Amino acid sequence: MKKILSLFLAVAMMASLVLPLSSCSSGPSIVVCNWGEYMSTGSDADYDIIKEFEKATGIEVKYVTAESNETLYSQMKSGAGKYDVIFPSDYMVERMIAEDMLAKLNFDNIPNYKNIMDRFKGLDYDPNEEYSVPYFWGTVGIIYNESKLTAEDLAMMEDCKDWSILWSKNYPDQIMMMDNPRDAFGIALKQLGYSQNTVNEEEIRAAAALLDQQKFVYAMDQFFDMMPAGDLAVGTYYAGDCLTVMEENEDLRFVIPACGTNLFNDAMCIPKTSEKQALAEQFINFVLSAEAGKANTEYVCYSTPNAAAFELLDEEMQNDPIAYPEKKETWESFRNLPTATNDLVRELWNTVKTNNK
Amino acid sequence: MKSKKPLIPYLVWMAAFVVIPLGMVFYFAFTDGNGHLTLENFRYIGVNSQVYLDSFKVAFLSTLICLVLAYPLALIMSRMSPRAQRMMNILIMLPMWMNFILRICSLDLIFRPTGILNQLLSLLGLGGNAIYQTPTAVVIGIVYNYLPFMVLPIYTVMAKISRSLIEAGQDLGCNGFQLLKKVIFPLSLPGVISGITMVFVPAASSFVISARLGGFNLIGDTIEAYYKGEIDMHAGGMLSFVLMLVIVISIAVMNHFDKDDDIVLV
Repeated sequence: MKKILSLFLAVAMMASLVLPLSSCSSGPSIVVCNWGEYMSTGSDADYDIIKEFEKATGIEVKYVTAESNETLYSQMKSGAGKYDVIFPSDYMVERMIAEDMLAKLNFDNIPNYKNIMDRFKGLDYDPNEEYSVPYFWGTVGIIYNESKLTAEDLAMMEDCKDWSILWSKNYPDQIMMMDNPRDAFGIALKQLGYSQNTVNEEEIRAAAALLDQQKFVYAMDQFFDMMPAGDLAVGTYYAGDCLTVMEENEDLRFVIPACGTNLFNDAMCIPKTSEKQALAEQFINFVLSAEAGKANTEYVCYSTPNAAAFELLDEEMQNDPIAYPEKKETWESFRNLPTATNDLVRELWNTVKTNNK
Repeated sequence: MKSKKPLIPYLVWMAAFVVIPLGMVFYFAFTDGNGHLTLENFRYIGVNSQVYLDSFKVAFLSTLICLVLAYPLALIMSRMSPRAQRMMNILIMLPMWMNFILRICSLDLIFRPTGILNQLLSLLGLGGNAIYQTPTAVVIGIVYNYLPFMVLPIYTVMAKISRSLIEAGQDLGCNGFQLLKKVIFPLSLPGVISGITMVFVPAASSFVISARLGGFNLIGDTIEAYYKGEIDMHAGGMLSFVLMLVIVISIAVMNHFDKDDDIVLV
């Protein structure tokens, strides 16, 4: 009896290890790895890109999400993530190209690439237009709750020169900073008048010291409920997401400081490990179509680089100064930084987070 | 133990989920990116020394508060009728039936500037933010989370203390305090020791709680960041290794007290 039981347990344990690996399906399929809430899919979307693509092509899509560029990178490096389409940001595309992790795209399979506006082609991270297709772009700005700010601060925000409201002492524990090193250091560096891509150790240390001067509410996903609920007076976030929460609370205002911000570009790429490049290119082409692009843009609220999709948006959206602001000289995009700089930022980020008491 | 065969599934389990992961932690702690042996990673301990200190400070304080709260509760429980004891047991374990991340997120919502706590305080005229994003909130979160792990071992030991020993103490003229000091406390010490271990260890390595309620990182959050976001398995391995080392040493010290409990008696 004991023997049978132990055998059974052993089999059950082994099975739990093996089973998830052996799930297979018939027909062609691809794995798409995107960021959360970054594509029009699922029950709350009017137009489900995945379903429409599957219907049109018969290719099955396994849709998964990753948390951040860094997570995606480490998954790919360790071999834990085998994806066919990924959506890295500008600086990560640059890094992946440098480390030979991306496949060269065959643009014959992506005729809809013609829909991309010229000014988003051949950007710094992929100057020869070989490895990536633009997906969305956007900016980072300050979002504030009009009902919580003092009259003086409100006047200052009318003509917002820099990020100094984030270091105000008027709103203890109600000022939110983005909880990742690249964005937080980027804002602090801009406030100090430095480039967000600086490799100068003193400038980076100065940015860390500046971050240390405020007790921030460091948050990412909590932003979506804290900001509209009125828990925060001032926050920083991506423009597209600010548009989303502003629909829930009419006291919220968004502004991009004149001293400059991060202009980010997210792209679609195919990892070198993909064995289904042609199918993946078919998917990318589908996302670039006017109709899918329009539905996607309306759902995600980020800014589209797709001219055909942009044409289909309603006029109010096309003229929205938050989604489609006029580009300023002071804006910068993240570049891939040398390892030594990344290490320094990581060490300082640790102390910044530890000192945030 | 005639046959060792029933052990096999457990050995397989331990190998797959304890020995191999531990081996990987050691491997990463003492190698560099090219797989060469190195002691270079010890550098990360210096860089993160403040995080270690903070973590042990918070863990020590939380354990102390748990002990102060749990000991009287366990004592009172052990003197209740069996029916009431069963009831109390369920009440203490009930919160643990819900996932701890959910409970921490609820605390987060309660502590927020617009949360229930601050709304109640402002009704009393004590407006503003009470504890949101402070170390106090983190300690409250840890105590709330791990209190059952302190109460239950102490209670289990106390419930087994024979009534006759207590009566003997009373017969020999102990007053209430002397009874507690000379009879009940020494006998309950094994429960206290295992309670402290069961709270201190997870509290020292806790994550999410501090990041969510306090807005700052403890060592668990830092290790998570190294592994997950920042792509450095070697730094993460070294930090985990040293954390384990410190914890093993503290447990060894605790167990030493446990064995020599007659010394504590004096």
